[in-house]
Amino acid sequence: MTAGGANAPDRTGLGVLEDVFTTARAESRAALIAYLPAGYPTVAGSTGLLTQALDAGADLVEVGLPYSDPVLDGPVIQHAVDTALRGGVRVRDTLSVVETLAARGGRAVVMTYWNPVLRYGPEAFARDLASAGGLGVITPDLVPDEEHGWLAATTTHAIAPIFLVAPSSSEQRIATTAAATRGFLYTASTMGVTGARDAVSDTARALVERVRRHTDLPLGVGLGVRSGSQASEVASFADGVIVGSALVSAAEQGRAAVARLTSELAAGVRGNHTGR
Amino acid sequence: MTTSPGGLPTASSGLAEHGHDPDAAGHFGRFGGRFMPEALIAAVDEVAAEYDKARHDPEFLAELDRLQRDYAGRPSPITDARRLSEHAGGARVLLKREDLNHTGSHKINNVLGQALLTQRMGKTRVIAETGAGQHGVATATAAALLGLECVVYMGEVDTERQALNVARMRLLGAEVVPVTTGSRTLKDALNEAYRDWVGTVGNTHYVLGTAAGPHPFPMMVRDFHRVIGLEARAQVLEQYGTLPDAILACVGGGSNAIGIFHPFLDDSSVRLVGCEAAGDGVETGRHAASITGGSVGALHGAFTYLLQDEDGQTIESHSISAGLDYPGVGPEHSFLRDIGRAEYIPVTDAEAMDAFRLLCRTEGIIPAIESAHAVAGAVRLGRELGPDATLLVNLSGRGDKDVDTAARWFDVVDPASLPTEEPASPDAAAGEREL
Ligand SMILES: Cc1ncc(COP(=O)(O)O)c(C=O)c1O
Repeated sequence: MTAGGANAPDRTGLGVLEDVFTTARAESRAALIAYLPAGYPTVAGSTGLLTQALDAGADLVEVGLPYSDPVLDGPVIQHAVDTALRGGVRVRDTLSVVETLAARGGRAVVMTYWNPVLRYGPEAFARDLASAGGLGVITPDLVPDEEHGWLAATTTHAIAPIFLVAPSSSEQRIATTAAATRGFLYTASTMGVTGARDAVSDTARALVERVRRHTDLPLGVGLGVRSGSQASEVASFADGVIVGSALVSAAEQGRAAVARLTSELAAGVRGNHTGR
Repeated sequence: MTTSPGGLPTASSGLAEHGHDPDAAGHFGRFGGRFMPEALIAAVDEVAAEYDKARHDPEFLAELDRLQRDYAGRPSPITDARRLSEHAGGARVLLKREDLNHTGSHKINNVLGQALLTQRMGKTRVIAETGAGQHGVATATAAALLGLECVVYMGEVDTERQALNVARMRLLGAEVVPVTTGSRTLKDALNEAYRDWVGTVGNTHYVLGTAAGPHPFPMMVRDFHRVIGLEARAQVLEQYGTLPDAILACVGGGSNAIGIFHPFLDDSSVRLVGCEAAGDGVETGRHAASITGGSVGALHGAFTYLLQDEDGQTIESHSISAGLDYPGVGPEHSFLRDIGRAEYIPVTDAEAMDAFRLLCRTEGIIPAIESAHAVAGAVRLGRELGPDATLLVNLSGRGDKDVDTAARWFDVVDPASLPTEEPASPDAAAGEREL
């Protein structure tokens, strides 16, 4: 904890995000991070689904900002964001979903491709997300090399710029990416787009081991996790387990399915966790 | 500078010069760069490093020149379009005949280079996106020549309007994957190609088809196409004793345009005019004129002009020409426009089709509809500048693939003879025959 004294916890986005991982670590488990896009199936519907995920045991949610050209997403998420966009979802709707969740104590970051942020204005986006109660921003198609003022904007508003590392990342790039990242580092488990997979690949564990040599940041592992047992496997070596496509598929069936899967995953991150 | 039999500069000369290269991270001023997933950075780093070695490797350069000469048919000639000139204010109109290259367009220049690079990297599979199908055909061709596996992503809308090219790619042994997401055109084909590449980068090279995308593609693709301008500059100087007053080229992603513009960048008297597809008209919103009617942002790997709404969502483009139907543009064009070195003008579907017919009737050349946009630009500019002007037009491709579209536009075929949804007499055995 960086700001304030012992009795004045850090309530900034950065501070709250740090809490998410220190709490999980204190309980000797990984954090469960649940992704669902804003506006799917509707703005109100997505707020309901994300609320359900938080209530059923997600420690943090990633609110997806729907974008027309999601090059890192597989068919399930493409379909959902396409539905959201056809329904007329706007950037400000994503911010208002975050605001609603945060108002009832939910912890949320935004997952967004870079162009909507560029268009909004990176400084304005950081400001408005922070005032909505959002904790950080995951940017799957922005590498720190091109951040042009984004790090400064997120620092000013005390939210976390969250970058990704991949199995193909060089040691040097892992080091520079980790150095630019706050909150947690998104560690892509495989080379591929989002989508549930039958098995968690060995590359995830190997990448986590490589990344640990460069940083003390919490590591959230995503891409492909879909079941409690996979969550438990990933939780055995990572600090956060990120689940996206599987939850979006569940969302197609409604709130109950999202609640069911989230509970299963939440149990998963609590099992078989050996800590750091 | 290496020269070909006719004493003209060869393809390899296009790679040698570093005069207008972007910075080390691929920026042309504020444009370009790499706006893309970290997972692919290693892959583009590998391409950049390999290209940097290849462009100085005499063996690579000799092989590129050999293929360009003996396989693709370079150099391409310049044709003085005398009868077209009468419709262009009497200005001299010179056509750079990229339509005469093997596979029928300029696209082969880039593909031969990248296919050789694929081999150097030890990769065995290539993927490509295609709009008009010309880049897909060129990639399928080079893959067949070099024994590479080839998968081409093509928007479903384009597989319909460029059906001939789909058949050509399949005959050449490529797999054509119709893309059914989004607008089902070129931008969505690009998305699919990226998605493939993230998962297959170990054995696969992405042969990007235009001078766009992340570094090093805008620079590398440009360099492979510089031969167009290098040849044309020498040809025009030698045959007409003067530099052209203006150069016109159509701009989709911008590869044929940057290829012919580039060797003239330092000739400040030469106007560089990019012809963007204005579809129904820029004012209607149904167009593909990213520079004329767009704004700056990041799309498909680069910071550049693009068509986007106030939320930064890409707006679907519209053009009768599949190869120009793209909502972005290569970053170097954005840069040239911002520094005022090149100008970009909109050409509507109707103007392009008028020019298409004009070139057919006056010169006996059926151009690609893409290239017809540049011809239309020349007709317009010729009328402005008059008989003293010399205009150089990049005739980037031939129109065989567009005959069906043009026949419908001009209503020159008996509708009953056009294929309908259900072929009149399906050959029952055809589907079972193996290619
Ligand atoms: C003949 C022809 N000209 C031009 C283009 C547009 O591409 P670029 O702007 O990269 O030259 C295409 C693309 O398919 C084409 O086939």
